[in-house]
Amino acid sequence: MGFQAYVGQGWVLSKLEQLINWGRSRSPWPLPYGTACCGIEMMAALASGYDMARFGAERPSFSPRQADVLIEAGTITKKMVPVLRRIYDQMAEPKWVIAMGACACSGGVFRTYSTLQGIDQVIPVDVYVPGCPPRPEGLIYALLQLMEKIKQDHPLYPQLAELKKGV
Amino acid sequence: MSRQLDAQAGHGTGDFVTINIGPSHPAMHGTLRVVALTDGETIVEADPEIGYLHRGVEKLAENLTYHQFIPITDRLNYCSAITNNVAYEMAVEKLMGIEIPDKAKVIRSIMMELARISDHIVCVGILGVDLGAFTPFFYLFIQREELYEIFEWYNGARLTNTFGRIGGVEADLPEDFEERWRRLVPNLRKAIDETDKLLTHNRIWMDRTIGVTAFSAEDALNWGFTGPCLRACGVKRDLRKDEPYYLYDQLSFEVPVGKHGDVFDRYMVRMIEMEESIKLVDQLLKIYKEFGPDDPLMAKVPKVLKGPEGEVYAAIESPNGELGFYVKGDGSDKPYRVKIRPPCYMVYQAFPELVKGEMVADLIACLSSLNIIAGELDR
Amino acid sequence: MDFQERVKACVGDDLVSMTEFRGDVSVTVPRTRIVQVLTRLKEAEGLKFDFLSDLFGVDNSALGKGKKKGKKEDEEAPAAPKPPRYEVVYLLLSIEYNHRLMVKVQVEEGQMEVPTVTSIWKAANWPEREVFDMFGIRFKGHPNMKRLLMWDGFPAHPLRKDYPLEGEGEERRLVYGDA
Repeated sequence: MGFQAYVGQGWVLSKLEQLINWGRSRSPWPLPYGTACCGIEMMAALASGYDMARFGAERPSFSPRQADVLIEAGTITKKMVPVLRRIYDQMAEPKWVIAMGACACSGGVFRTYSTLQGIDQVIPVDVYVPGCPPRPEGLIYALLQLMEKIKQDHPLYPQLAELKKGV
Repeated sequence: MSRQLDAQAGHGTGDFVTINIGPSHPAMHGTLRVVALTDGETIVEADPEIGYLHRGVEKLAENLTYHQFIPITDRLNYCSAITNNVAYEMAVEKLMGIEIPDKAKVIRSIMMELARISDHIVCVGILGVDLGAFTPFFYLFIQREELYEIFEWYNGARLTNTFGRIGGVEADLPEDFEERWRRLVPNLRKAIDETDKLLTHNRIWMDRTIGVTAFSAEDALNWGFTGPCLRACGVKRDLRKDEPYYLYDQLSFEVPVGKHGDVFDRYMVRMIEMEESIKLVDQLLKIYKEFGPDDPLMAKVPKVLKGPEGEVYAAIESPNGELGFYVKGDGSDKPYRVKIRPPCYMVYQAFPELVKGEMVADLIACLSSLNIIAGELDR
Repeated sequence: MDFQERVKACVGDDLVSMTEFRGDVSVTVPRTRIVQVLTRLKEAEGLKFDFLSDLFGVDNSALGKGKKKGKKEDEEAPAAPKPPRYEVVYLLLSIEYNHRLMVKVQVEEGQMEVPTVTSIWKAANWPEREVFDMFGIRFKGHPNMKRLLMWDGFPAHPLRKDYPLEGEGEERRLVYGDA
């Protein structure tokens, strides 16, 4: 009976998860990784006018270790791939990725020998933002979608699995 | 070897440390990488590595038709896409022997000057951010949003405009364009003035910029500098004056020239050029008013463009300097070879020379003031 | 003397051919004499080409293939001697007189080496590396003849006409991690 509280949709657990998700979704600190044209639109989204900080992306974190969301804005070339992979690996869990722009989603117009055809070949992507480049509104909408996604997360499942093993 | 390097650095213990800056570094604009050998805080040697944004644009050009390549040129210098479009169109028109109507020339010039302002805003704003002055960035970017709205109003895109067609422009300026421009000018002037007040005579700003990475005019020419970086060194060279294209020989404007070629001079040249561009747009609008609404916007262009066998080079003064396109045709509907001459490519290769003997913090200042745009650097 | 005659006089015996198209004058000179010719052009009175605007390569192997075939005389005409495959083009500019000139050297496939002009203009440093990267033409005497845009160890030269646009999958040899 005591175990009930920890398993599945138990009341305590789900409330605890909601609390964690609330905290995580309300402060997705971005790592702005702008490599090309989309980087300029990302700057516009962070600057006055659009002000992405309204949605909790208050502090653009230039160090991967203190960031939650990797906003990959711009083309990734094959020369850049090891760098991108390394940045992603350096980020602490939990981490999410927004692929901003056609190049990051699929390679865009640059179907050439040196361009990676979409960053999802290298790192997992949570939200794709199409457009070449997308408007700042597009990026903000992607951030909101990501917040929705974070809210439906189950951050305590791994711990639960450990617990079950113990029992 | 180390003793020799000691002498170059002037002081220090001879314990050299190699540091890697970039490509993922907030001050390296995303895709630039510098490996620097340092002696304490002093840079003994710097070795920039590029190619992190090499997208194969020139190869792509050989596989697209003349028209299809225009949108790709947007993505070269994405801070001022319009100048890239016009430079490419100019080269193709020269190859085909097309003379565009005067009204199209005026519209192109107006849009190019607006693009120049928006490019310089990015450069000055980012230079401030990299040196720790965040406020000018916000002041300037509010006005930049307005410029974006004008671009969007005219051709539907904020950043990558795909402006113009081969043989002219696609549309006339919107009816109340001038009115909107008049509304924007006081705000723009105010933002530039406030940036000027905040930065130019600021003690910290002066200490961080004056005399930093100074360059002589002779060296600058030897390294192939053009644009604001060359003018900051004291060479009065502007393609709009020296090899006038379109209607620039009928307009009066000043070409600002620096003296020492340091970060401060580059900043000042850009600030003054913004003012000059505002004046230029005013003059161009005056000329524009002389045209009627039914004057042609496009020259006669065949439906399928086939470039003759031959090669041309056409260059314009882009915000960063001489932006040239070499186009070679072979009689088919695709260019045989396109070579882009990006202005900041030549500037950036002198980077080791520029930062030698400077502090690490000055490297950041120098890099921002050169306005290196990775898109056109690596192509 | 008009511009073309002055250029002709300055290049002298090294002139292989000279063409003009839409006002752009281009001269072809022998591969081995390029340094001497450019030095003369830089110092000549009345020309003073003291600024290297750009330097790049062209692969001429596919030239003429884009045209429509079907004319009978084309097929029956005897094959003309094949011109050298590559060209290196130097775009010169005179700051004083504001005129431009294209200087070309032709490079045979077997002898992919051109003397460097970095001793005349430092600006030739990166463009020469790029030509090596993209076409595989080496520059003799260049201080740092490495790849510029592609990564070290990239096996091909992408701007050659026989290289496919989408590449040949060289990147698979890169270590992408476990993804």
